[in-house]
Amino acid sequence: MFPMKFGVIVFPGSNCDHDAWYAVARILGEKADFIWHDAPRLGDVDAVILPGGFSYGDYLRCGAIARFSPVMSAVKKFAAYGGLVLGICNGFQILVESGLLPGALLRNRGLKFVCKPLELRLETSDSPFSALGHKGQIVRMPIAHGEGCYHADDRTLDELEAEDRVVFRYVDNPNGSARDIAGILNRERNVMGLMPHPERASESLMGSSDGLVVLQSMISTYAVK
Amino acid sequence: MAAITPDLVAAHQLTPAEYEKIVSLLGREPSYTELGIFSVMWSEHCSYKSSRLHLKKLPTKGKYVLQGPGENAGIIDIGDGYAIAFKIESHNHPSFIEPFQGAATGVGGILRDIFTMGARPIAVMDSLRFGALDGPENGGRNARIAEGVVAGIAHYGNCFGVPTVGGECVFDACYNGNPLVNVFALGVFQKDKIFYGTAKGVGNPVIYVGAKTGRDGIHGASMASAEFTEESKQKRPNVQVGDPFLEKLLLEACLEAMQTGAIVGIQDMGAAGLTSSSCEMGSRAGTGVEIDMRYVPQRETGMTPYEILLSESQERMLLVADKGREDEVFRVFKKWGLDAVEIGTVTDTGRLVVKNHGEIVADIPNKAIAHEAPLYDRPHNVAPYRTAPMESPHFSSSDLNRDLEALVSSADLCSKEWIWQQYDYMVRTNTVEGPGGDAAIVRIKETGSSIAMSLDGNGRYCSLSPREGAKLIVAECCRNLSTVGAVPVATTNNLNFGNPERPGIMAQLVEAVEGLGEACAFFDVPITGGNVSLYNETLGEAIFPTPVVGIIGLMKTGAPVTVDFKNPGRAVVLLGGVGPSDETHFGGTQYAKQILHSLWGLPPALDMDYEKRVQSAVREMVNSGLAESAHDLSDGGLAVALVESSAKIGARIDLDSDLRPELLLFHEGPSRVLISTADVAKLQEIARKYGVEALEAGVTMEERVVIRNRDTPLIDCDIVRLQSARNSALGRMLHGR
Repeated sequence: MFPMKFGVIVFPGSNCDHDAWYAVARILGEKADFIWHDAPRLGDVDAVILPGGFSYGDYLRCGAIARFSPVMSAVKKFAAYGGLVLGICNGFQILVESGLLPGALLRNRGLKFVCKPLELRLETSDSPFSALGHKGQIVRMPIAHGEGCYHADDRTLDELEAEDRVVFRYVDNPNGSARDIAGILNRERNVMGLMPHPERASESLMGSSDGLVVLQSMISTYAVK
Repeated sequence: MAAITPDLVAAHQLTPAEYEKIVSLLGREPSYTELGIFSVMWSEHCSYKSSRLHLKKLPTKGKYVLQGPGENAGIIDIGDGYAIAFKIESHNHPSFIEPFQGAATGVGGILRDIFTMGARPIAVMDSLRFGALDGPENGGRNARIAEGVVAGIAHYGNCFGVPTVGGECVFDACYNGNPLVNVFALGVFQKDKIFYGTAKGVGNPVIYVGAKTGRDGIHGASMASAEFTEESKQKRPNVQVGDPFLEKLLLEACLEAMQTGAIVGIQDMGAAGLTSSSCEMGSRAGTGVEIDMRYVPQRETGMTPYEILLSESQERMLLVADKGREDEVFRVFKKWGLDAVEIGTVTDTGRLVVKNHGEIVADIPNKAIAHEAPLYDRPHNVAPYRTAPMESPHFSSSDLNRDLEALVSSADLCSKEWIWQQYDYMVRTNTVEGPGGDAAIVRIKETGSSIAMSLDGNGRYCSLSPREGAKLIVAECCRNLSTVGAVPVATTNNLNFGNPERPGIMAQLVEAVEGLGEACAFFDVPITGGNVSLYNETLGEAIFPTPVVGIIGLMKTGAPVTVDFKNPGRAVVLLGGVGPSDETHFGGTQYAKQILHSLWGLPPALDMDYEKRVQSAVREMVNSGLAESAHDLSDGGLAVALVESSAKIGARIDLDSDLRPELLLFHEGPSRVLISTADVAKLQEIARKYGVEALEAGVTMEERVVIRNRDTPLIDCDIVRLQSARNSALGRMLHGR
């Protein structure tokens, strides 16, 4: 079996790019390339990770400038053709700013940056990002964000739930997110935004390897293809 | 151009004698611009003119040391071809005037010190001191300063992408007018790829990179070299404004540009900005540097050469490239969207020549500014300044359980989670042990080894005896590292003191430096650099003498042994035993501070030889897998350490001691570690080997912490109640005002 090839997008100010690369390339042994933000094309990658960090300094609004970078046109095209796109933390913020996912991420209810490991409930295994898990499974992953309070109107939230597009919920909501939402899918189920960091929970030495369920699900989906 | 008058000289905080020295070095009167250059370079902050004489007494060499003091950071060999650069620096004065930006730029400054050497920063820690939160007059203001400083550190470190993995934070009325913000940073690189701040190669281009220069921070270094007065708030424009995003770009661009091989030398523009970087680079290389202000990227119009030279705008670096290879450097900076401009050349004159559109505005021998700063042997032939009495007051506890709860929910001893949860302490996925433990541990992905690090400082001890206090600090820091299984190898230090022109304060400094030197030599942790912050006084009131040390240790990467008990039914061993104490040596404790609101006597007694053997023993116990948990005793003594270890599982301790209950529970004698184990016999075997006591003191159990002495119950508390008091205290104190 050929290894899967991940593309990790690097925006100016991305700072979890190397962590994502390390998780897929070194811990899981897949291939992973960094893709610079002004790249017009993604190359031959099988999946894209928009990593955490402070793209463009998070000026204006988190993710608001990154959505205009040249690489995002390529990412949108990639997603439109069914390619797997995982946005982690700032990557999730970029995905909502780009319109690839609904809703918005507001300042945490406590108005402070929060970094801590916490428990999530996996809400559906019907996605390429959670296929190896099971509904109701509790996983531990850390969060580290100042603006992770997921917000959307009731109709959108109802729709997300009706279409089984909420992949992860917080067990103990740390930021005021609507309906405890930590991670959601697009309608086509090939794009996921997730505020917690699976790449930081990819080896027991870091306190948890539960985040591997996300990355390994992506790999298993690729292998089936 | 302004005429040089005695008033102007005084306004630059130069003495008449210092001015005479300038005139004789130059052989003429300085220009206004030159006066400005001398005033910052010869400020206490940049020149260490009061402390240099005594800093020479510190041990600086050791088998791991690749670079000692004098460079941007110290460097330690960690094996496998890799090295660590680390240093601590203060940003005390700016953080009082503008807490958020003051602290943020403190982080930014020390990070540049690390990556200017070619190392990628992988950890930050902070040592913070704030005024008391419960003071009726200043409590609210102190809380705002604390919140601002923490938010500033979080803002800068989180965005830059370096984990803030630990630190310490103490609240005391002596810091009401002078909070301390000491930031430690550590970076990793290959040991054959170290860069230095040197302007080698006559004819090579001098290149300015990074942010544009503005008027912020002008005379910041001089501000940090004076006491605060009523007018100090007017110095707010002297505080710089930081942009961590720009710094992140600068980091990546610098590291990438270094890969090209076209960079000869590089130095960050920190205190005294362009002035210090250019003359220090020339001075180190024995060359001259000629620069023209017209080429310096500026963000404001109409800036004078004086302003450009003295600006402390952040996120800027000066580098010297190989002539003919400038384009390789420019290409990298362009990719990262940063300014990179040739502003001058390296010359063979040994002089710093500054031009403005071709006209010479300053022309000074590099060595005169950088290395011939005044050196003062300030009078210190008096006893170190102290206000505390020697005799103990009469005291007798009416409720030891209540005392314990008050202690663990006091500002100094409570959980600092409220602070560190605001820091991204995990980014870069190397944090094996984050904040809240005895020492932080960060693994090095490339080598299979990890770096343990700890910051310690105890102003109360040092106010009672600067010499013994300093030794205790080094001992504790090394004990912290040993308790997580690391071998302590090197030290950085930040000396925070009052006005050195007062002999009693100078005596504190001298005694503390000598104590530090003695302990660092004894524990074999040479000092590789650091920082001195003097004039921490407001309206004549000095802070406690507060030396802060940061020590790093080496260990194999592996699952950490943490502070908390893991299982019920395990033996609890007090390595080092109950230890000696008496009323005189109890006056510096947290019990004396929080419960008795008093300070007297002497710090706890330290036997360095015994301490060293305890450290060797605990290292072996932890590394052999015998210790399920390990926690060193420090502030608050045995009872507080026991609560800290009882996050989920408690313990019952039975002692047999002549000490009175308050001393037995809360004395802070060093050389002690609380360990839980499933194999007491093997643990005691190790202890015997090192000739130290391993007192089997009790057993872990669910729900409660119980301490008895000869069948007399002293403590019996529910751990859920204690932990909730401990965890919620700081947030409540900061917001309940």
